[in-house]
Amino acid sequence: MSSAVLPDIQMVRDWLAQVPDPEIPVISLTDLGIIRDVEWQDDTLVVTVTPTYSGCPATSVINLDIEAALRAKGIQKLRLERQLSPPWTTDWITAEGREKLRAYGIAPPVDGTAADGRLAGRIARLAGTSNLVIACPRCGSTRTEKVSQFGSTPCKASYRCTDCLEPFDYFKCI
Amino acid sequence: MPSLTDVMTADADLARAPGIRTMAAKGAAPSDAFVDWLCRMGDNCLVLGHRVSEWCGHSPVLEEDIALANTALDLIGQTQLWLGLAGEVEGKGRTADNLAYLRDAAQFRNVLLVERPNGDFGQTLMRQFLFDAWHMEMLRALQASSDKRVAEIAAKAAKEVAYHLERSADLVIRLGDGTEESRARMQKALNLLWPYTGELFLGDAVDQAMVEAGIAPAPESLKAAWDRTVAEVLAEATLVKPEGTFQHKGGKQGRHTEALGFILADMQFLQRAYPGGTW
Repeated sequence: MSSAVLPDIQMVRDWLAQVPDPEIPVISLTDLGIIRDVEWQDDTLVVTVTPTYSGCPATSVINLDIEAALRAKGIQKLRLERQLSPPWTTDWITAEGREKLRAYGIAPPVDGTAADGRLAGRIARLAGTSNLVIACPRCGSTRTEKVSQFGSTPCKASYRCTDCLEPFDYFKCI
Repeated sequence: MPSLTDVMTADADLARAPGIRTMAAKGAAPSDAFVDWLCRMGDNCLVLGHRVSEWCGHSPVLEEDIALANTALDLIGQTQLWLGLAGEVEGKGRTADNLAYLRDAAQFRNVLLVERPNGDFGQTLMRQFLFDAWHMEMLRALQASSDKRVAEIAAKAAKEVAYHLERSADLVIRLGDGTEESRARMQKALNLLWPYTGELFLGDAVDQAMVEAGIAPAPESLKAAWDRTVAEVLAEATLVKPEGTFQHKGGKQGRHTEALGFILADMQFLQRAYPGGTW
């Protein structure tokens, strides 16, 4: 920055809240909960980002978008850091982000229902005692069924509403 | 192969990568053993990820095509983390890209199971299930690794692999306990792949060095939990565990089947023909 005054952190966070997720552009990077830290180290702005899925192709696009957005605001010295731990969880998607997802037609994650690799979860589902109830984002019915564990992106599963018959994406828990 | 946008980062040094060093398992210094072990983790993900991605556009139904591509994507992402760390620990400036694209078959450290051809859909799923059941136990144990970087990668990957295991177990059950035709195919796949599972639990000097450093569990220690998962799913799938005890080995030490050469010819062609090429 040419001026001696560096933009304050809250202002930078507000700017980042305007950067859309490249795959689901209705929610922002801050809605998604992947911006782990923003701080000034001397006159360098350091933004710490955590990946959603380790192979998500959007990760590199997200970094480019962050850089472009902050450069456009006049940030000259900028460093992006990757933080793996603690691993990203859908629990970090904000309440506002969840509403935006629902309005967009994607059922938001039901917290606490992530697969844990134990077969007990599968058995509970088969026995109908699973706590996973996904409401259709269009008609609100809870009579829905899973079509596939994996949807159009790694973070989503494919579902179908048996009342209004609409297929929809469910943002699955991780 | 999916997710190449991530793998193919610009790297002017790609063409000038240092010569490939033979990583001898026997008598290796701890850091050499660590690099070797990280390559085992990364190469398992890389080779299986490539194999699974071969289905892209060829699956029986659209949902399965997407699911397979997603699984491959996770595995390639995990490859970047493991091989990236291998390059960092090695300290010779090699990136995950260098390791993936510029090593020959004898330098690959994946188990033979993951390089087995896809066969039919059932064989692909059976291979996935047998691997996922091991992968889950391994990642669970690694979250207690003495190396913070290893523990962090394991914690990240375990969340993804939990979904892989859930899916592959579900499908093994549905197809095993399915029609006469699907059951016969799943049993045939199991018989074919079973002799490639023993290597997952066979430790050597590299594993011993990792155990002593508190970095990774002894491969043998994962066997009981794997046996339980496999027995439970096979029983529900009405499939019978093969009787034979013969097991193939050697992949972890770089002795591969010819299948790996074909995979690498396909996967590495661009970087071999146009060194350092990017897009």
